[in-house]
Amino acid sequence: MTIRVKFFASLREQVGISEQDLENDGVGTVDDVWLAVTDNQVMPANVLIAINMEYVEAGTTVTDGDEVAFFPPVTGG
Amino acid sequence: MHIEIRHEGFSAWEILAHYEAQRAEEMHGNFGATAVFVGTMRDFNEGDDVSVMTLEHYPGMTEGYLARICEEAELRWQIQDSLIIHRVGDVRPADAIVLVAAWSAHRADAFDASRYLMEELKSRAPFWKKEQLNHGDERWVEKNTPDPGAERLGKEMKNKKKGM
Repeated sequence: MTIRVKFFASLREQVGISEQDLENDGVGTVDDVWLAVTDNQVMPANVLIAINMEYVEAGTTVTDGDEVAFFPPVTGG
Repeated sequence: MHIEIRHEGFSAWEILAHYEAQRAEEMHGNFGATAVFVGTMRDFNEGDDVSVMTLEHYPGMTEGYLARICEEAELRWQIQDSLIIHRVGDVRPADAIVLVAAWSAHRADAFDASRYLMEELKSRAPFWKKEQLNHGDERWVEKNTPDPGAERLGKEMKNKKKGM
């Protein structure tokens, strides 16, 4: 299974990754994706998560080919 | 509906004049109210002087959410048209960051729809700001302050947002 993983803003700087393809058949949810890519860092409580550019809750299941993004609270406008 | 992410500076008033001229034929005479909001960069935040702000977005998702927010406003209020322009990249004090406009037959719908566009943009559209302070430090803006005046729209907005 291949998942494209993206990080934005302060989270990208903290994790040190902008974009990465994760090849891992052991990931079931977005939380697993986070752990696999960040080397088991604790996910911040205020993190926002999107699958294929739609907001999802923590614990949402991922499927092959998904793009999963993690980012901090949004501050546009 | 018109959505645009701008990488270069813009004049809100030139954009509006140009947009209305472009749409003159179809819109001529059919709206009685235009509500416009322009957000510009301040040179201060949280007690510090800010010299430059860098705006980042999530290409694709940001445009998708801006379009969705306009569609929601068009379903909810009687508006003829809506527009959102948002800047990304480096902005300096007094530069425009965001332009929102709603055209309607009557002022109430124009005001309410434009406020909805702004508040939803600030809470849902994936943009982030990093400030460069005069004394050299950098910091990410951590969160947007909710507008207390928008609270009367609050409950419905919250219900709608559950599905995000």
